[in-house]
Amino acid sequence: MVNGVFEWERPLIELENRIKELQAFTKEKGIDFSEELATLERKADRLRAEIFSNLTPWQRVQLARHPRRPTTLDYINMICTDFVELSGDRCVRDDEAMVGGLALLDGMPVTIIGPQKGRDTKENIRRNFGLPHPEGYRKALRLMQQAEKFGRPIVSLIDVVGAYPGIEAEQRGQGVAIAENIRRMSFLRVPIVCVITGEGGSGGALAIGVGDRVLMMENAWYSVISPEMCAEILWKDTGRAPDAAAVLKIGAQDLLELGVIDEVIPEPLGGAHRDREQAAQRLKEAVVRHLRELLPLSGDELIHRRLEKYRRMGRLAQETEERLQAVSESPRD
Amino acid sequence: MPVFKDLFRSKSRYATVKPSQGDGDQPRPQPARPKEVPDGLWVKCPGCQNILYQRELARNLQVCARCGHHFHVGAVERLSQLLDSLDTFEEWDTDLRTVNPLGFPGYEEKLARMQAQTGLSEAVVTGEGKLDKYPVAVGVLDFSFFSGSMGSVVGEKLTRLFERALERRIPVVVVSGGGGGARMQEGILSLMQMAKTSQAVERFGASRQPYISVLTNPTMGGVYASFASLGDYILAEPGALIGFAGPRIVERTIRQSLPSGFQTSEFALKNGMVDMIVERKDLRPTLARILRLHRA
Repeated sequence: MVNGVFEWERPLIELENRIKELQAFTKEKGIDFSEELATLERKADRLRAEIFSNLTPWQRVQLARHPRRPTTLDYINMICTDFVELSGDRCVRDDEAMVGGLALLDGMPVTIIGPQKGRDTKENIRRNFGLPHPEGYRKALRLMQQAEKFGRPIVSLIDVVGAYPGIEAEQRGQGVAIAENIRRMSFLRVPIVCVITGEGGSGGALAIGVGDRVLMMENAWYSVISPEMCAEILWKDTGRAPDAAAVLKIGAQDLLELGVIDEVIPEPLGGAHRDREQAAQRLKEAVVRHLRELLPLSGDELIHRRLEKYRRMGRLAQETEERLQAVSESPRD
Repeated sequence: MPVFKDLFRSKSRYATVKPSQGDGDQPRPQPARPKEVPDGLWVKCPGCQNILYQRELARNLQVCARCGHHFHVGAVERLSQLLDSLDTFEEWDTDLRTVNPLGFPGYEEKLARMQAQTGLSEAVVTGEGKLDKYPVAVGVLDFSFFSGSMGSVVGEKLTRLFERALERRIPVVVVSGGGGGARMQEGILSLMQMAKTSQAVERFGASRQPYISVLTNPTMGGVYASFASLGDYILAEPGALIGFAGPRIVERTIRQSLPSGFQTSEFALKNGMVDMIVERKDLRPTLARILRLHRA
């Protein structure tokens, strides 16, 4: 990728730039290029449809990692008002790779949390490239438990390569923190809507990803292992990550079919970064709709349904005396 | 329900498997062991390099008598070490079979190979047996099967273990040795087993019976970051590799060499992640004592 442009979308980007130049020229010089512009626009539309309507799993992974893709805080600022950011796990420190706080979402008070990537090197260092330590997960849990106390629904926006693999992270119990989060989230008495907005990297994503509804942006990925690591294990070659991305079935549509997520949120053509506002509005519409469906349910009912949902996860067969009888554990309701 | 003895189709070969310091990565095929010595008679201790007589090693619970190195123990042998007798063991859910939900290349072949090698159908054996004359629900992950990694069947069997123990109001003991964490070949469905099993552990709490989690070498990744971390009591065998991220991944990320003893049982104890380190010979008495205290 050069300047945020992938090789496979370059013809389109170049065309779009030419259109912009021509528009600027028209404005500046007052010469009418409307006919030429219309032709170019039609060509661009064709190209867009051609390039973006048949994305490979790996191209989607690339879009999910696009440097201009909206981050958690970008989405929070676009879909919420009155955001009050809260810090700290009350134990070790404040992990800025995980953010969260209170906000109004379509008039509803919510607790909203999520890992936060940086935009530039300086911010990435501060945010540890969006890779949370255990204290980040414990901070998220603290905010979620606070939400439960005050009867506020929880929105978890997930964009994380994984939990940070470091010495201190292991010392402070990364595995334990993830396990605790999974366990505690499963039994919170308030509605939880999770959205994989970008990357959903294994346990580091699941640690904030147990919900009544789990949604996924169209170009996001969610997997037990990153395509690179899978490629290294299978073929000892991280360069074959594109093949691994296909094999692992990590795209939104795959996960919908496997019964792991509930809905795919369509992105603007070519990815969320191409129209951030529209991406945010679609995200907001879906989250609000699901929250409103969940709000009338009691705490007991929420937990009951949540446990039922996860109880069915997995695919296996049961051997009877004569044959293998598939009892695929109902993928969808 | 089939009795446990039916499982002895082929003799387990756990002791001849070279205990790699696996790093929580997904499993890779074990290379065939070069036959320097008659197969299955002698084994070299990775702790002290001494050549040990297999029978003697087994008598010593697969622990090197010279240096105390704890070898891997297969599920069957582990059960015979922990329970009053294998005759008291009734295995559960032997009819669950693994499928290839993603159509992952080579998965069926590798499963078939694992099954032929170990005589097990999957990486966990679950059931009910007697420990100190009292019933206990017990699950043992077998490292020799797919590195003891968790896919749909392992997750389902463990979930049912906790569910049945809740119905019967009996304690649960799970011995984890899952270096493979969540099984890559079943993709996201393996990840979801972390949620399913963790929820089963929590629901089991309603029984007011204890869940004792025993961590053995290695317990990593998605196994560690779910049910294995959620025991009311967490015991670890000495020198086991315990952690979330594999040491190689950590090393590569931080670009410096790891401190000695990183992610061992001793490291976990020092950092407050486990209750105690228990040598294998003391494991059964320790479990018995904790369970006895719960009955008192």
